[in-house]
Amino acid sequence: MPKVILKVENLYKSYGELKVINGISFQVKQGETTVIIGSSGTGKSTLLTCINLITPPDKGRIWLEEMEITDPKTDINLIRSSIGMVFQHFNLFTHLTVLDNVRLGLTVVKQIPKDRATDISIEKLSLVGLADKINSYPAQLSGGQQQRVSIARALAMDPKLILFDEPTSALDPELIGEVLNVMIKLAQSGMTMVVVSHEMGFARAVANDIIFMENGVIVEEGDPDTMFHHSQNPRTQEFLHKITELYGGKSE
Amino acid sequence: MDQLSIIWQGLPSLLSGTLVTLNLTFYFLAIGFILGIILALGRVYGPIYLKLLIILPFERFFRAVPELVLLFLFYFGSSFFHINMSAFMAAVLAMGLRSAAYQAQIFRGAIQSIGKEQMKAARSLGMNTLQSIRYVILPQALRLSIPSWSNEYAVVLKDSSLAYAVGVTELLRQGRYIVARTFGNALLVYSVCALIYFVLVFIGNQILKFLEERYKIPGYELKEKKEQSVLERI
Repeated sequence: MPKVILKVENLYKSYGELKVINGISFQVKQGETTVIIGSSGTGKSTLLTCINLITPPDKGRIWLEEMEITDPKTDINLIRSSIGMVFQHFNLFTHLTVLDNVRLGLTVVKQIPKDRATDISIEKLSLVGLADKINSYPAQLSGGQQQRVSIARALAMDPKLILFDEPTSALDPELIGEVLNVMIKLAQSGMTMVVVSHEMGFARAVANDIIFMENGVIVEEGDPDTMFHHSQNPRTQEFLHKITELYGGKSE
Repeated sequence: MDQLSIIWQGLPSLLSGTLVTLNLTFYFLAIGFILGIILALGRVYGPIYLKLLIILPFERFFRAVPELVLLFLFYFGSSFFHINMSAFMAAVLAMGLRSAAYQAQIFRGAIQSIGKEQMKAARSLGMNTLQSIRYVILPQALRLSIPSWSNEYAVVLKDSSLAYAVGVTELLRQGRYIVARTFGNALLVYSVCALIYFVLVFIGNQILKFLEERYKIPGYELKEKKEQSVLERI
């Protein structure tokens, strides 16, 4: 029985009157990939940023393994350094080379000596297929390459969990594949991942769990087979039908 | 010939005045730079009461009161409060703080134009706010600030001539002394002063332009060219 890496319990977040997250609980076990789907504005991205308290939740508790993230006594920077985050718009540091982008967290946050940090960074950049780009700057790379650098940046910190916030929705269609391939490789190598995405092909291939969200709550949750073929909820069926038509992913 | 020898003989005092001018400029800019960055960071990331009670009133005051008036306030005000302050010191404080208020605007604009996403990425790696500012925000903001900052450099250098009014023997006052000693060569002497100011501003701006090129972030060249050609058409 794999241990629970992430546990979210009864989470709430609202902006004024708008209840973005309205009582969400779920958990992710070690080595598993959870894909969160749902139409835009249903709180998926907010949920992700709540997990590492970049957006502080109003109510509810979150645990990373045994540590409670939402406990005010917890060192949040230590927690964040062990949760990777990959953003929709990559958010690479524009003034730094690819190598420095990956290395910065290691030298500044983890205080790893520069030589060692360089080795780790190059190793992770090789993993995403960008070892030849270490001296380039983000603006010199394609979107797909930038997103792979940002995955390497997350990996370098040796995270217990990586959060992906619509990692491919800002990419040209022909660049999506290279990023998804890296993510599939990661999932298969046993990385624990929570992915907000509409890439149904990816979900079918590697998701252990799919969560369908609407209006800040979880409408339905289950493994891909259940969700795609035996869904109980008409809203889930409708959404999955539409999204599969739009994004494809019938095969795999 | 007579005229030229006046300038020739006055040159050492003009040069020593130039040194004082450069000295003043250095202190104005240094105070303005350090305090300006602190004020800008306080305004973007600081708590609201700090903004409302200290930063905004400070900026408003030093941007609204004429420099010459500030200068008088510090110089004559210090003796009113029985503080022993030289004219040089009064000038440095008055105009250094003035520059801080303006530089704060430059840096604040640059910091805000970087966008929250960079901060989010830095914090997600586990950096605290100060680390994020130091390694991610400021390196980008300072690069963006160079063009406006070179404006501020020119303004500050030229405005150092206002220190004349409280008796600092900077370049303009040295020129005035030469005119007083030799009668009637005002145009020539002040033209030489003007030339020296011009050269100082020119050299400073060239150095800043060099720095801007040197620290330009690669990958944005095409976009910049496009923007330039649009500007040229206007």
